Amino acid sequence: MKINNRFKKSLSMLIITIVVLFILNKVLDDYKLRVLNLCGIYIILGLSMNLINGFTGLFSLGHAGFMAIGAYTVAILTMPAPMKEMNFFMKPIVPFLANIEWSFFPALMMGGVMAGLFGFLIGAPVLRLTDDYLAIATLGFAEIIRVVFTNTQSITNGALGLKGIPASTNVWWSWGLALVTILFMTFLMEGSYGKAFNAIREDEIAARSMGINLFTHKVMSFTFGSFLAGVGGGLLAALLGTIDPNMFRIVLTFNILLIVVLGGLGSIKGSVVSAIIVTIAMEALRFLDESINLGFVKLEGVAGMRMVIFSIILMAVVIFRKEGLLKEN
Amino acid sequence: MGNQGLLQHLANGISLGSLYALIAIGYTMVYGILRLINFAHGDIFMLGIYITYYGILFTSIPWWIVFILASVLTGLIGLLLEKVAYRPLRESPRITILISAIGASFFLQNFGIVVFGGRPKAFPIPNVFNKVIKLGGVSISLITFIIPLVTLLLLLGLTYFITKTKTGMAMRALSKDYETASLMGIDINRIISITFFIGSFLAAVGGIMWGIRYPQLMPLMGVMPGLKCFIAAVIGGIGNITGAVLGGFILGLGEIMLIALLPKLTGYRDAFAFILLIVILLIKPTGLMGEKITEKV
Amino acid sequence: MLKIENMTMRFGGVVAANKFNADIEKGQIVGLIGPNGAGKTTIFNVITGVYRPTEGKIIFNPGEEEQDITGLRPDEIAKLGICRTFQNIRLFKELSVLDNVFIGNHLRIESNVFSSILKFPNYRKEEKMMLEKSLYLLEKVGLKDEKDGKAHSLPYGKQRRLEIARALATEPKLLLLDEPAAGMNPQETRELMEFIKDIKDEFELTIFLIEHHMEVVMGICEEILVLDHGSLIAQGDPESIQTDSNVIEAYLGVE
Repeated sequence: MKINNRFKKSLSMLIITIVVLFILNKVLDDYKLRVLNLCGIYIILGLSMNLINGFTGLFSLGHAGFMAIGAYTVAILTMPAPMKEMNFFMKPIVPFLANIEWSFFPALMMGGVMAGLFGFLIGAPVLRLTDDYLAIATLGFAEIIRVVFTNTQSITNGALGLKGIPASTNVWWSWGLALVTILFMTFLMEGSYGKAFNAIREDEIAARSMGINLFTHKVMSFTFGSFLAGVGGGLLAALLGTIDPNMFRIVLTFNILLIVVLGGLGSIKGSVVSAIIVTIAMEALRFLDESINLGFVKLEGVAGMRMVIFSIILMAVVIFRKEGLLKEN
Repeated sequence: MGNQGLLQHLANGISLGSLYALIAIGYTMVYGILRLINFAHGDIFMLGIYITYYGILFTSIPWWIVFILASVLTGLIGLLLEKVAYRPLRESPRITILISAIGASFFLQNFGIVVFGGRPKAFPIPNVFNKVIKLGGVSISLITFIIPLVTLLLLLGLTYFITKTKTGMAMRALSKDYETASLMGIDINRIISITFFIGSFLAAVGGIMWGIRYPQLMPLMGVMPGLKCFIAAVIGGIGNITGAVLGGFILGLGEIMLIALLPKLTGYRDAFAFILLIVILLIKPTGLMGEKITEKV
Repeated sequence: MLKIENMTMRFGGVVAANKFNADIEKGQIVGLIGPNGAGKTTIFNVITGVYRPTEGKIIFNPGEEEQDITGLRPDEIAKLGICRTFQNIRLFKELSVLDNVFIGNHLRIESNVFSSILKFPNYRKEEKMMLEKSLYLLEKVGLKDEKDGKAHSLPYGKQRRLEIARALATEPKLLLLDEPAAGMNPQETRELMEFIKDIKDEFELTIFLIEHHMEVVMGICEEILVLDHGSLIAQGDPESIQTDSNVIEAYLGVE
């Protein structure tokens, strides 16, 4: 039976993944483990953007903002009081947040919820706009969030950022949640609502003439996407241990956009594979930015070269695959 | 704050507004014809400034000739950008060309980091601009006056070009109704190239004056002004040149006045533009001077 | 079934529809004809909520349960039971043939999005019904074998049939067909005419159609409205229309 086959296949993939992760977790050094965790996180982030931009066809550039919300929520909720005191030396943290200390999972979920909530609030007015306006409006919101975070010293510690975030992210969290996200996306998109999202992307006019309420569905997609972005941001915060508003500039959104475009807008498998490849490539090509000491000769790195190459790749993919970026799932 | 302060702020606001206006025009002209947000426009602005910088410091060409050459060169770079990154995608789905625009923007920014270096550089201001003029008891630098004047001249030139020349009319026709105009035997590629040239040229001029006014150069210096000026164009009514100018001034004056009246909010200076954007998009999405476009079904 | 009262549609200076009146009875097949640019699709667009008329009213189900649908959104109007096909075919090109029809069911779904993600029994039941209905409709238009292919890979004539199947999935009471016979050869046209009569009976539809193929219009329409430059210039059964001098003057019978 078809369903059983799929179930069997998925189950075996799951078991293989768990075994591989287990082995890697034991074997890899800290640096490589960090990259492995980043892969899992970027799977979540890539899928979250793909839901909004790829599957529903909304051109949103606000991802960095939602990640920031998730990251800061997790940071503030999980940081123990003494660490908060150390961080907030310029201006003490707002009293009601000073003594809060949550465990990781609730904080992470709260990060997602906060991001999703903002997604809902922002989405409601902004999703009625057409493509390009939506892009700028969401970009605008992401920037507003960043500016606000930079200035609200007593909540976010402003430009100083937060250090000493409990490093709760491990391979099981990042990849576990990545797998949950993959499941979530798969089930969502094969269901009627996911198909409605696709219809909106394909032809809005036809979709609404067939009775699909564009607005409610767009908001739905946007809210889910922001929730996931918040979770991704939270995982990132608990992995890096340090965050500051400057991390959440447009570059971050661009990196995720790169992942989504390379993997194919509207392809779950594509996003997963692309997230892993791009994350590893970003790290591997770091040498382009820094100097390499080959022992007998030192090759000077050129700062920014990495991103030059990645932006060329992005443009090349888009220009030479212009027939359409949609890949079969 | 006192009258002197107010005068100072007004002068600054008008200056900043002029600069925003010059850059916003580039966005609005491109959008009007291609319905494309040229994300890379702010980075073209940045390139114009850097080209001028190198031109003055590393050649013995007189500064005013450098200004002109750099602006022309920047115009050509804008033209080249269109040919490489946008023209191949003219028939593709909109999201594709938007992604290419973002890619181009990032490319230029990082190209700047690679070639110019990330450390801030000081713009070599020709001495004549350092003069200070006393007006009504306030000292205002010469450049603050020159900026609106130059902008005005350029705008007059542009208006003449758009309304009285054949090319200008073709540009207007294309932006009003792309399909019909293209059937009328207009050389679309040529017109679009000219549009990009003019927009980038104006951005370079704005950039040079910006460099004189705010002499700190960094490869990412075009990002914020770029975003803000697109917002200015939207506020004024995207596709409408007068609107872009109007939007530029509203934004420039508004930003300066905000800091003047509420110094505590200085940190939020950049957010001002974005908040204005959201407000306009909610109240009148077509912008102050924009018209409603009916979709054809 | 539908009453259009004094509807005028202006776009800036252009009057696309001028004090248009129409009364479509339940169970009828009504045709809308006129030269190109007469404003026929504009009227469809106003009925389905794509445009809001400058003046006038559209009333659905006139009588006891009547509803003024003027200015409602297209999706609201679809939910009330008015659905359409498009002159230029607007299928969901990259989606499968089956999915195109399946999506037509979505407007009636009762389970919420979380039930669909978690595959709760209530959703699974609904999905099964939607799937069965979609397959039935595909069979009816003769596309069951192509159900997994992408919509854009179908030949033109089959794409038109798919659009009708999709519209039928929304369970309409009033079906608006915009040039359903466009690009069809005589054989296909005859099959289409039979098909329209068939679905009208099976699904208890009222049909309002725009057509240039006079064979179709004269063959299956009980009443015909003739439009020229946005105004109604004639109205009646096929025989009277064919002999109406106004109609002959405006245009007639170009196949």
